Amino acid sequence: MAMKKDGQKKVLNQVLQYIRPHGGLVLMSLLMAVISVALTLYIPVLTGQVIDHILGPGNVQFKEIFLIMRTMLIAILVTAAAQWMMNVCNNRIVYDVSREVREQAFKKIEILPLSYLDTHSSGELVSRVIADVDQFSDGLLMGFTQLFTGVVTIAGTLGFMLSVNVMITLVVVVLTPVSLLVAKYITQKTYSMFKLQSETRGEQTALIDEMIGNQKVVQAYGQEKKVEAQFDEINERLRKYSLRAIFFSSITNPATRFVNSLVYTGVGLTGALAVVRGAMTVGQLSAFLSYANQYTKPFNEISGVVTELQNALACAGRVFELIDSPAQTPDAEPAEVLPAEVGNITLEHVDFSYTPEKKLIEDFNLQVKAGQRVAIVGPTGCGKTTLINLLMRFYDVNDGKIRIEGIDIQNLKRRDLRSSYGMVLQDTWLRSGTIRDNIRMGRPEATDEEVIQAAKDAHAHSFIKRLPDGYDTIIGENGGNLSQGQKQLLCIARVMLCLPPMLILDEATSSIDTRTEIRIQKAFQKMMEGRTSFIVAHRLSTIRNADVILVMKDGNIIEQGTHKELLAKKGFYANLYNSQFAH
Amino acid sequence: MLKLLKYMKAYRKESICAPLFKLLEASFELLVPLVVAKIIDVGIKNQDVGYIIRMCLLMAALGLIGLVCSITAQYFSAKAAVGFATKLRHELFAHIQSLSFSEMDTIGTSTLITRMTSDINQVQSGVNLFLRLFMRSPFIVFGAMIMAFTVDAKAALVFVAVIPVLCVIVFGIMLISIPVYRKVQDRLDQVVGVTRENLQGVRVIRAFCKEPQEVRKFEEGNEALVKIQILSGRISALMNPLTYIVINGGLLVLLYVGAGRVDQGILLQGSVVALVNYISQILVELVKLANLIITVTKAIACGNRIQSIMETESSMTDGTMPEEGVSAGNTGSTASGNRKSGLSSALPEPAVAFENVQFRYKGAGADSLSDISFTVKKGETVGVIGGTGSGKTSLVSLIPRFYDVREGCVKVNGIDVRKYPLETIRGIVGIVMQKAVLFQGTIRENLLWGNENATEEDMREAIRAAQAEDVVFGAKDGLDTVVEQEGRNFSGGQKQRLTIARALVRRPAILILDDSASALDFVTDAKLRQAVKELSGQMTVFIVSQRASSIQHADKIIVLDDGEIAGIGTHEELLAGCEVYQETYYSQFPKEDQE
Repeated sequence: MAMKKDGQKKVLNQVLQYIRPHGGLVLMSLLMAVISVALTLYIPVLTGQVIDHILGPGNVQFKEIFLIMRTMLIAILVTAAAQWMMNVCNNRIVYDVSREVREQAFKKIEILPLSYLDTHSSGELVSRVIADVDQFSDGLLMGFTQLFTGVVTIAGTLGFMLSVNVMITLVVVVLTPVSLLVAKYITQKTYSMFKLQSETRGEQTALIDEMIGNQKVVQAYGQEKKVEAQFDEINERLRKYSLRAIFFSSITNPATRFVNSLVYTGVGLTGALAVVRGAMTVGQLSAFLSYANQYTKPFNEISGVVTELQNALACAGRVFELIDSPAQTPDAEPAEVLPAEVGNITLEHVDFSYTPEKKLIEDFNLQVKAGQRVAIVGPTGCGKTTLINLLMRFYDVNDGKIRIEGIDIQNLKRRDLRSSYGMVLQDTWLRSGTIRDNIRMGRPEATDEEVIQAAKDAHAHSFIKRLPDGYDTIIGENGGNLSQGQKQLLCIARVMLCLPPMLILDEATSSIDTRTEIRIQKAFQKMMEGRTSFIVAHRLSTIRNADVILVMKDGNIIEQGTHKELLAKKGFYANLYNSQFAH
Repeated sequence: MLKLLKYMKAYRKESICAPLFKLLEASFELLVPLVVAKIIDVGIKNQDVGYIIRMCLLMAALGLIGLVCSITAQYFSAKAAVGFATKLRHELFAHIQSLSFSEMDTIGTSTLITRMTSDINQVQSGVNLFLRLFMRSPFIVFGAMIMAFTVDAKAALVFVAVIPVLCVIVFGIMLISIPVYRKVQDRLDQVVGVTRENLQGVRVIRAFCKEPQEVRKFEEGNEALVKIQILSGRISALMNPLTYIVINGGLLVLLYVGAGRVDQGILLQGSVVALVNYISQILVELVKLANLIITVTKAIACGNRIQSIMETESSMTDGTMPEEGVSAGNTGSTASGNRKSGLSSALPEPAVAFENVQFRYKGAGADSLSDISFTVKKGETVGVIGGTGSGKTSLVSLIPRFYDVREGCVKVNGIDVRKYPLETIRGIVGIVMQKAVLFQGTIRENLLWGNENATEEDMREAIRAAQAEDVVFGAKDGLDTVVEQEGRNFSGGQKQRLTIARALVRRPAILILDDSASALDFVTDAKLRQAVKELSGQMTVFIVSQRASSIQHADKIIVLDDGEIAGIGTHEELLAGCEVYQETYYSQFPKEDQE
């Protein structure tokens, strides 16, 4: 319990950190709350006074009544204005805070190590950034609007009641904390339920993301029913948790209201007896009763808000968990600067594995001279892509060094390192937007002519031209109806446009037909002149011209040399190469 | 939104009981001012302490009954709302599952995800609050009015004037804010879109150092969202102050009228207090109602978004052909049994036939395939080759009817694919797509997707044929090796082999490999093809590939060029007569290399 409490407190503290910059608005909102509450409380007093002037038949003092009513009218208008202002302030605070939180979460995602993103489902992360922040802001908004007025109302009514009758006030003060105790007891129970609900929601979102994102495969295998069953299982769990969370939290309100009705009765009893004794007027009693109502009302509102806040905090907790997860190691400060010409790369005794229990790359050494074309071949799963992960510093080596021009890449700014590579991956990724924007991604300032030239070099121009809106055709999420090969051509055009000093081509042309590929290869050749490049390919025909061919197996280089040398060696490579023609 | 309410049916009992118990509670609450009036007018006037105490006990009892009623109501409403949301989520998910590829292409994944999650959550809280308050609030408001009438008809006319004004305000604000909330959700979609896209393209984004631009893009979307949220907040912020003014205006009039009535000796002082009590009860209720209205408005906006998905009908109607007609092209487990009868009856129908097929993607400007005709006999292996974007994937997507043709028809076993029930045609055809996708779970679970009844032996055989033995049995847990989301703990080539194994487990009558061996090295690729051939027997196989070596031994090769057939024939025929094929082939096997 204590730990949970601490967790909650920590989250609350963090929320307050986010609210702090909006202090001005908070103060404003508080001021407006004070004004509106004070006037709201003042009105029953005035009403009571009016009633006291209505004594009986023929004994109604209209003149005084009119005077009081005029004051009432002004009070009403001012109250309404204050209420509106308060609501507007609260809205601003809450939505600004939730924007801030969402933004922090997103910014965090941008600097999380890839190992985090590779091991967390994207659906779940999306759920945190979107759904949890949403629930959080809903709860916070309710909290703000009701907590302030609630607290101010309690303070105000107490003051007013004290001024009318101390005795009865004491009755009220003694009884109301009971409702708080009840509320506290219930909310303690519900925080964990809300947390469970929020976690299950995350799990469900992950499934939705996975299944709807890959619906084509689901349908191809006619697995709709089975997926549905899987979904229903989580859905059923969510139902159970939600029902518990919602029901238990919703008991608070009736429970505190019951306590309040007891308070009301108590006031009625003591008040009526006081009137009988002549210690109070009927008008005062009427005012008192309506205070008792107003005084207790915020208690059960606050208790309602508290459950809402519990939910909000549970959600905020999940978002903060994301925001607080360790970022990738920051760039070295001060970072070393790459010379204008780069191309010499050395790998020294590099050890790497994704998980400690499964060794992958051990004592890997490699020297690449500027301008060399390095081809990496080997059976699937031999560590080719891993090598690229390391070169680009998507992952950090466990041991050893990777140097560019003698500089350890860990001492470089990631930005400098990565922008010196042009990378085309087998897994094509395009963003929703126009074709033009996609090609321009690496160099937003490129002119239209340059974009078209790059597209021509990548042999993408002819198909782009035939699209309904040419370069301004908008492609949907994940490339829409473009074929896999067309997407790859666009990715190549993207790199052709920025012309970085080094290249990484990981199966860059795997989905492109060979005729086009040959033409692209020519363009690549031209591009690669004087540029160090790493090429991963299965079509060995595409790498025959490489300066060095590395044959990898199980994370190690087993053969190394030019095409001719390796063929002469009649080893693994020669086997691999000849199998292309073995039918 | 209204049409969604049919999913509440199962919770009819709860959704009637919840408001009823709330009503009970409310009626007890309404009695309280009456009791207070009695205390003042009878108890205090007669100085009757015993009476006062009795009345107070009555009040306490009313409170207790109220508590019981209200907890019951909360339970029922929570049960109904959560149950409704669960059912809705289920239905929506099932409906999305039934949408065809065309709809999925146009709607997009992000918005479906927000609709499944955020929108349904909003609807759930809306329904919950609605059930608790929708009867109660009007009941208290009108009840207070009726009670006022019992006190004094003329003074109660104030209530009659005030209530319609309140209705106008409440519903007016609601009408204005529904479209605004819809916009809020739409913008939320965009934020989801940016976030998802970012996560999926994280490697490319980092490679291009685009993190700052991504953040800016997210900020823009976020900013737009917040702007509209604040606007919606501003509108709903009007609710409380406006109702406050109206109610208190009513109070002023009431006091004035009451004063006159007392002056004339028609009313007692206590009755005025009761009237004032009633009007303040209305006020209290309206404050609650304002909350309800905001939540319900949001819920309606979200409900409408859900409904619009529900109303998106799949553009594909299920075929209704009876089972017997299908048995000729039966799937996996009975394949061996059928083989004999298949031979003896010697069905003349080709396994697959395209007849003058024209095909266009929804919203595309031009046909992706035009005038495609060919036939494939049972047991044949067909290679499909052609340039990037020439329509290879489109062509094979038509066989399992992922899309419908624009003109012409595609026949499987002599029957138009549109006549088969979707489930049947998808059972006949096993397709391995270009993008290798595995699902969270174990390898075994993934393989069972192909065929739920597959035995361990079936799986082993499929794995062997797919050249995935080292992937599966090299791992410590074998078939029970865990697959992470999207199979990211496997390399591209490993994933491809597993997806092929998944397709082979079902022993489809027609197997389509859509460039699904692109990440495999040539040795593995060749072994794979050999194994598939040995496995196939009567299996008709389509191999889409860029590699001439992968298809050159096919019985028939279809060469596509820009959506049209550039040539059909065997390797030798095409090499002799088809220019496109020649170019392709020699680009991979330069003449000087031929031995």
